[in-house]
Amino acid sequence: MTPEGSLLSAEGLHKKYGATPALDGADFSIHPGEVVAVMGPSGSGKSTLLHCLAGIIRPDSGTVRYGPHLLTGLNDAQRSALRRTDFGFVFQFGQLVPELTCLENVALPLRLNGTKRKEAERQAREWLERLEVDTVGGQRPGEISGGQGQRVAVARALATRPRVIFADEPTGALDSLNGERVLTLLTDAARDTSAAVVLVTHESRVAAYSDREIVVRDGRVKDMLAGLI
Amino acid sequence: MSIGHTLLGLLESGPRHGYDLKRAFDAHFGQDRPLHYGQVYSTMSRLLKNGLVEVDAVEAGAGPERKRYAITSAGITDVTQWLARPEKPEPYLQSTLYTKVVLALLTGRDAAELLDTQRTEHLRLMRGLTERKRGGDLADQLICDHALFHLEADLRWLELTSARLDRLGETVRA
Amino acid sequence: MSPLRSPAGGRDGGAGGPTGPAHREPPAVPRTGPRTWARDLAMGMRFAAGGGRAGWIRTALTAAGVALGVAVLLLGASVPSLMDAWHGREKARENLGQEHDPKPADDTLLHTSVDTTYRGAQVRGRLVRPDGARPPLPPGVRRLPGPGRMLVSPALKELLDSPAGALLRDRLDYEVAGVIGDAGLLGPAELTYFAQSATLREADAYRIDHFGRSWDPTPMRAPAVLLVIMTCVALMMPVMVFIGTSVRFGNERRERRLAALRLVGSDVPTTRRIASGETLFGSLLGLAGGAALFLGGRQLASVITLWGINVFPSDVTPGPLAAALIAVLVPAAAVLVTLFAQRGVTVEPLGIVRGRPAIRRRLWWRVALPAVGTLLLLPLAGERPWTDTAPNTLRLAAGSMLLLFGVTALLPWLVDAVVRRLRGGPVPWQLAIRRLQLSSGSATRAVGGITIAVAGAIAIHMLLTGMQAGYAQAYAESGKVPRIGLWGGADSWPRTQKALTALRATPGVTAARGTIDANIGRLTGPGNAPSHDTHATVAVGSCAELRTLARITSCRDGDVFVTDARDPDSPVRAGATIDLNPRVGTDDRATPRPWKIPEAARATALRAPGHGPGLFSYDLLLTPSVLDIARLKDPDVEFQVDFDRDTPDAVEHLRNTAAHINPTMNEFSAVDNPHDQQLGSVRDGLFTGAVVTLLLIGAGLIISTVEQLHERRRLLSTLDAHGTRRATLGWSVLWQTAVPVVLGLGLAVGCGLGLGSLLLTMIDTPVTVDWPVVAGMTAIGGGVILFVTALSLPPLWRMMRPDGLRTE
Repeated sequence: MTPEGSLLSAEGLHKKYGATPALDGADFSIHPGEVVAVMGPSGSGKSTLLHCLAGIIRPDSGTVRYGPHLLTGLNDAQRSALRRTDFGFVFQFGQLVPELTCLENVALPLRLNGTKRKEAERQAREWLERLEVDTVGGQRPGEISGGQGQRVAVARALATRPRVIFADEPTGALDSLNGERVLTLLTDAARDTSAAVVLVTHESRVAAYSDREIVVRDGRVKDMLAGLI
Repeated sequence: MSIGHTLLGLLESGPRHGYDLKRAFDAHFGQDRPLHYGQVYSTMSRLLKNGLVEVDAVEAGAGPERKRYAITSAGITDVTQWLARPEKPEPYLQSTLYTKVVLALLTGRDAAELLDTQRTEHLRLMRGLTERKRGGDLADQLICDHALFHLEADLRWLELTSARLDRLGETVRA
Repeated sequence: MSPLRSPAGGRDGGAGGPTGPAHREPPAVPRTGPRTWARDLAMGMRFAAGGGRAGWIRTALTAAGVALGVAVLLLGASVPSLMDAWHGREKARENLGQEHDPKPADDTLLHTSVDTTYRGAQVRGRLVRPDGARPPLPPGVRRLPGPGRMLVSPALKELLDSPAGALLRDRLDYEVAGVIGDAGLLGPAELTYFAQSATLREADAYRIDHFGRSWDPTPMRAPAVLLVIMTCVALMMPVMVFIGTSVRFGNERRERRLAALRLVGSDVPTTRRIASGETLFGSLLGLAGGAALFLGGRQLASVITLWGINVFPSDVTPGPLAAALIAVLVPAAAVLVTLFAQRGVTVEPLGIVRGRPAIRRRLWWRVALPAVGTLLLLPLAGERPWTDTAPNTLRLAAGSMLLLFGVTALLPWLVDAVVRRLRGGPVPWQLAIRRLQLSSGSATRAVGGITIAVAGAIAIHMLLTGMQAGYAQAYAESGKVPRIGLWGGADSWPRTQKALTALRATPGVTAARGTIDANIGRLTGPGNAPSHDTHATVAVGSCAELRTLARITSCRDGDVFVTDARDPDSPVRAGATIDLNPRVGTDDRATPRPWKIPEAARATALRAPGHGPGLFSYDLLLTPSVLDIARLKDPDVEFQVDFDRDTPDAVEHLRNTAAHINPTMNEFSAVDNPHDQQLGSVRDGLFTGAVVTLLLIGAGLIISTVEQLHERRRLLSTLDAHGTRRATLGWSVLWQTAVPVVLGLGLAVGCGLGLGSLLLTMIDTPVTVDWPVVAGMTAIGGGVILFVTALSLPPLWRMMRPDGLRTE
């Protein structure tokens, strides 16, 4: 594996939950503008790998490097700050704050970064437009469809113009048509801003939107591209 | 499906009589069509000719069916190559993939690896289809979708098989 | 037929082909008889009992809430019987004499009260001297103690045996011969003794032939009635609110389970009944727990003294009717609250449909409640003085209940109205406000309890303070000079002189003066109209004592002085003949005892003429040799003793000296204001009650907050993934709690002050606001906000962990 020129890379990640190892020496690297699908059977450690890469959890051992930063060497506050500014997230369920309007939800990460409310909401409106859901801006998440909700979530992940977008089963709750549209919009937007996308999925049709895939099995990562070379 | 490779694979776990080979084949792969003994005999002859198997022993005072076959090192290499080679994604691939998985297990090889290799092959094709779909017109999209769904079904089956490998392994080795 | 076919499908099929072989009868609509009710309630109870750990926690919470409520209700229901028992024992042991004493006989005794105060604590004492061998005995006393011996209450025994009781031991100069039984005590903490004195004079005592009399306690005065009513209202209402809140604990999870029931085919009324059954189980447990809590808690009765009332645990027994009502009504109310909570909520097979996404909080009935309450109370305020009649009491209770309840009803509307207008602000504020905009129900329900508790407490406290302000002022005025007055029966001047010497020798005493006082009257001879109303007062004392009363220049024993206090009608003048045995009523047949005031009587001016503390109104001053004290009618000795406040226990030493002079001597002083002590204990009780209520409500808030956090675990993890600071979410929890609590407290303070002012106007007392108490209550409310937030933070941090992101 050659982390050279890579935006985000990890080496020898180990993580245990109790006695169960979730990661057992996992390596990873992604380049700017690259979409990497993370596949593997359920329970193989896909999500744990994503959480470690994003600095949500700290691995027991191993290193995660993001640009010049050694992510695994930062404290919780620093990692939180990095997640606010440089990373974006899309999950399968329950990510929109139900009591905020869609527009406010998209503006939320910008506001967490300290952007003024007016400006944050202006930018949020643009993203909603781009994700083709500008009509639901004033509505609450409970009042819109799942597909619309997921687009709002993607808009929110993109709003801070993150360098890396972490998507964990982003279309898991959507039908094929909506799922494809969301993936197209997500990957297009990511490529336009040359953001890297870490796309955790168990669906090959979703993985087909990636540039390459890696397989996590028993806490280890197999890079299929490297394997083929 | 290659009967030759399958029989070779079965021999990898140890020398067997022709009759044993037929029984093992039927038990693991012959649900639909049990193997005729003649097929075993002719296949073995071909493999003998290619030097992939050898006659290990012949029991005295008996007919041709009393030969015991053993795999040669050339035979092992051949099986390995066959197993590692991803099948070209196409419909109705399952029986071949299944045979490969079972043989990989029987011979103590990493079946997961086999599945991952196959998935990469599938994904390579699917990426092309997805790309074509993104830029294509409605007809393109529909055609691509059809192919994509079939390929996905293959892979789903692969995933499922992969998830069941442990249990399968116990059954096969039993 | 497909098992998936719905009943509706079956009916459609039936219409198409009634004779079709596959046709199934549409299911009969079940009749909801009592049996169905019982079945569904029982099923709900089974769910509650078998709901696993989470189910048990929820049931336990409901049970705990109901138990607390039931315990308080049982306590409230015990008050009447408690007071009956208390008054009953009081009646049975007293007899302070009849107008016409019985003749001395074998079964009579002389009886007098020798109450004293020891370091602010009242000590009840009774002194007897039997006339014969079969004296009557009060309850709790099996045999009269011998002369110079006494029976004591256990509490007094403990005090006397302790080092702290040393001075009192000196005062109660009797040998302890035993302990008074419980039947003779008002409560276990009562300090009382029952002694036999061989020297008790008839003049100092009453002769009685039995203990106990049909003596009814003086009815409580109107302000006290007001106070009791208000306390009941303020105490009961939060309990009701708390019961209402606690039966809703875990509502959201319960609804999910009910949705599953709907999926397998139970209809809406059935699910509601099942839900009620679950609550019923919790509240039945709570009922049992409440009874246990009550039985355990009443053991504390012996150590609690409130309003000077201290009782035995066994006195705290609710009336059977009240107990039965509580046992029936609390579970019934729990079921009703559950049914009520589910109005507007439809449990559908695949989830919960909140029937009315935004319940329009209508203003009119919320305003109507306090308005009607105020209308009921206002005319009462106009009626002066307020009289304690049944309709008035009812009106007062109803009015204040409506007012307080109206405040809770008004709160959700207020929170809604305020929150709706709020927008913008920093992220935590925005999150909290939006949350409240979407559903403020659970928070305001809990806060409603705070509102009532605080409003009630403030109103009660204002009432109390207003009532006590008068006493406090009077005591403060009287107590300015460190002085104690003593008075008792007098026999001779030399003994009075000795007593004065003893008092002056007592440590801490700076000055003492004393005279023997008596009433005299106009001599009514034939032709003279009865003139019992033209009394005058005489003081007998040495020249030194008389000089403290009037400006006397020269004085020798044998001198007589006529003061300037006499009114024109007074019989007192030099040379006049007066009656030393004046009649005290028109039917008094006292024989006149004429005495001529010597012609040599000189005029003198009183130092401080008038009526009141420190003022004298004597008409005639005599030196001891002028008149035999025995000729006077009921002569009293009166001492005024000044003491030094800085000498420790000066008052107690002084009382000891007085007790040795004559134990039946009475004291009047402003040293200990008993009202202060009463106010203090009530204030403590009130504060304790308010704190407990607020903590209860805080507990409810924590549970609903944590429950809400739990529901939102995934969301919280997501927000954490986005890099949201913990502080951001912590603050949002704080605001989310603070906004309703602050609004509730504001409403409560306003309402409490209003109600308090109204009540004070009713008892004709100037309205004063006790700001420290208002501040105290508000501080407690603020404390609850912090308490809830602080305790919600650890679960919040836990929910923010990435575990919530797992899809499994």
